[in-house]
Amino acid sequence: MAISFDKALGIHEQALNVRTRRAEVLANNIANADTPGFRARDIDFKAVLRQAKSIEDSLEVVTTDDAHMAIKTPAEGALLYRQPLQPSIDGNTVDTQTEIVQYSKNALDFQASFEFLNSRLKGIVSAIKGE
Amino acid sequence: MAINSIFDIAGSGMTAQSVRLNTTASNLANADTASSSIDQTYRARKPIFAAVHQDALNAAIPPSINDDASRGVEVRAIVESDASLERRYQPDHPMADADGYVFYPNVNVVEEMADMMSASRSFQTNVEVLNSAKTMMQRLLTIGQ
Repeated sequence: MAISFDKALGIHEQALNVRTRRAEVLANNIANADTPGFRARDIDFKAVLRQAKSIEDSLEVVTTDDAHMAIKTPAEGALLYRQPLQPSIDGNTVDTQTEIVQYSKNALDFQASFEFLNSRLKGIVSAIKGE
Repeated sequence: MAINSIFDIAGSGMTAQSVRLNTTASNLANADTASSSIDQTYRARKPIFAAVHQDALNAAIPPSINDDASRGVEVRAIVESDASLERRYQPDHPMADADGYVFYPNVNVVEEMADMMSASRSFQTNVEVLNSAKTMMQRLLTIGQ
């Protein structure tokens, strides 16, 4: 019986990817906390993960020429704007507290996904070794 | 890996905030620099922050979720304040002009102090982001162990 890594690892690999991307977006919000006119962004984790999963299940498109355009990514259009609670005079919508909370939460969720992925991998390894 | 760009983003935030701290330090240090002419008087300096937008047509970067998002912050320019200078009548001052006036910089010390606090807090926040990204990265490196 063949071991399918894709099936064995499940959704956690994509989850980790989306978590790192979200961390990037949130880090960018925090870095731009003092930039006039900057609008805070965030991604809808559930929606992106669902899309990532469905793209993976669909057929892949191969680009054979430099002029070919890359296929739209699963995350396309999922980058949303945060609704500010309080207007600021310079148009910046970053609430540093909110962003930090979201960032730490995202980092913890990342760890959770990582633990799942890691234990799956360990399971596969022990299955291969026959221990 | 996207975590690498978190390092860049937090790093750009730290750089921008330290430039802001630098200008604040310069403003505070020169707050009492008297001068005898308007042109030579020190003016408060302020950094202009702007979000960094990456080149959307850059083919080297694979399309990702962040295509229309910015990546970090940059200091676009450092501008001098247009606020009016302080003109004091001090005929005994060695820098006084023919009419006995001395010009002082348009540095608002209270404003600068508030700016300093804000900059150092923001710097700290970026350092924490960097640290937690580092932890995430280190965890990733231990996968399968």
